[in-house]
Amino acid sequence: MNLYAIRAIYLFEMHRTWRTIMQSIISPVISTSLYFVVFGSAIGGRIPEINGVSYGAFIVPGLVMLSLLTQSISNASFGIYFPKFTGTIYELLSAPVSYFEIVIAYVGAAASKSIILGVIILATAALFVPMRIDHPFVMVLFLVLTAVTFSLFGFIIGIWADGFEKLQLVPLMIVTPLTFLGGSFYSIDMLPPFWRTVTLFNPVVYLISGFRWSFYGVSDVHIGTSLGMTAVFLVVCILIVRWMFKTGYRLKS
Amino acid sequence: MSSAISVSNLYKTYGSGFEALKNINLDIHHGEIFALLGPNGAGKTTLISTICGIVNPTSGTILADGHDILKDYRAARTKIGLVPQELTTDAFETVWNTVSFSRGLFGKPSNPAHIEKILKELTLWDKKDNKIITLSGGMKRRVMIAKALSHEPEILFLDEPTAGVDVELRRDMWNVVRALRESGVTIILTTHYIEEAEQMADRIGVISKGEIILIEEKNELMRSLGKKQLRLQLQEEHKTIPAALAKYGLELTPSGCELIYSYDAHEDKTGIAALLKDLDKAGVGFNDIQTKQSSLEEIFVNLVRERK
Ligand SMILES: Nc1ncnc2c1ncn2[C@@H]1O[C@H](COP(=O)(O)OP(=O)(O)OP(=O)(O)O)[C@@H](O)[C@H]1O
Ligand SMILES: [Mg+2]
Repeated sequence: MNLYAIRAIYLFEMHRTWRTIMQSIISPVISTSLYFVVFGSAIGGRIPEINGVSYGAFIVPGLVMLSLLTQSISNASFGIYFPKFTGTIYELLSAPVSYFEIVIAYVGAAASKSIILGVIILATAALFVPMRIDHPFVMVLFLVLTAVTFSLFGFIIGIWADGFEKLQLVPLMIVTPLTFLGGSFYSIDMLPPFWRTVTLFNPVVYLISGFRWSFYGVSDVHIGTSLGMTAVFLVVCILIVRWMFKTGYRLKS
Repeated sequence: MSSAISVSNLYKTYGSGFEALKNINLDIHHGEIFALLGPNGAGKTTLISTICGIVNPTSGTILADGHDILKDYRAARTKIGLVPQELTTDAFETVWNTVSFSRGLFGKPSNPAHIEKILKELTLWDKKDNKIITLSGGMKRRVMIAKALSHEPEILFLDEPTAGVDVELRRDMWNVVRALRESGVTIILTTHYIEEAEQMADRIGVISKGEIILIEEKNELMRSLGKKQLRLQLQEEHKTIPAALAKYGLELTPSGCELIYSYDAHEDKTGIAALLKDLDKAGVGFNDIQTKQSSLEEIFVNLVRERK
């Protein structure tokens, strides 16, 4: 193991975060807080409780997930895309590091940032809405698992993208809609049966449902199913990254 | 003892179907400075990139100090430092951070004293806390050299290190290269400045259209291919060369005032004495005589032209 390399990349990426702290931490925290203010304090009081949870509290896990997903993807995809774009990737390709070490360092850094962000958002949420966490261990597990999985997914997008447009495309066109439609703001039990079935094809539903279960003990789908689906997605991402490095896809000619 | 770099039967065909390297066989000796010359698009960068692991070889084997660059990439790459042709740096990082980063990336524990030494040698020390974006092009090039030297490589690749660099910096750079060679580092460089290869290199390889067309000791190359010229300033203008002198293969300059005789200085009979006698007989008078050795540049241009 080239531990020095892992450390160097990890610290380099974390350093980049502090340099761009406005964009990578402060702005997602502010925009998510706005939801808490609007839905939690302002109009949340007029919406009935869902499964015995006040509306303001109900949306917290979904919103944390929304930030976690989008930030993990954008952190990780940008982290690997940028060296490709500027050409500094030559150094990474010529260094005595294995793909496994590269992935650990980049994905580790991106996931760390998202987890820090998730915790800050949770703390902010607690200021605006009454919250409780019934299963803290599962909550942390979900937080870490989601951050790692979607950082890996972002890493794949970063390698695949050959322009800034594509880099923005997936988070904007796919992830955000899936998160909004994945039960961030409602329980999928509230949907008509047909739409409920359609929604079950949305992988984000399982994340949000599982995450919410760790808070309030209520969920749309069984917690085991949620964990299983997340694990499946993680494995798929690992396999894709492995293939990318084996073949040098979009990295080496 | 194995070679520093050993390339055998290397082929590279790019995804576009373009065959950039054709059956390259090359051995770089330990501790030498090897200059790779060739026109634009010859495949110099492709060859270097393949050895360094940035481009996948299509077939063939490459060993770095006896280690296969694919199967044993960790050992191979640890020994190699690369300064690529393109100036690519992390614009927002400081010089110190980016050079330290490279050292870590290549698996070496941090060593501020070594980084300090490199930065001082490359006269970057007073810029160590500056962001790279604020440096000039020549300084950025030095930062890239510092990065490549940060992990104390045994083999250093310099892909056109002096392109777009002023005279002073070029001299600095060659001093650094010489000092590195003294300390035992093997250096492979590409350049378009032939006088550079002439001054610096121990051996010279010429690549053209993806093929190595020549590898030779520099001195040997100069000797074996180095034709000399004898130039005679004539007293009167001549329109044609007198028929009696046809066997010498003389050239008359367009002005008609100068005759050029090409000969091989290493042959026993250069034919100069006979030529001078025959000139006298033909009544061609001259004021002045010069001899000139052809430069590597001329040798090189001739070689590449011959292949076309
Ligand atoms: N990624 C690529 N895909 C397809 N063709 C490429 C690629 N990179 C280089 N080539 C082609 O391979 C040939 C060799 O390129 P290379 O960069 O190795 O030349 P070079 O000898 O370094 O030239 P220069 O002196 O201009 O730097 C060129 O014809 C180039 O167009
Ligand atoms: Mg080149």
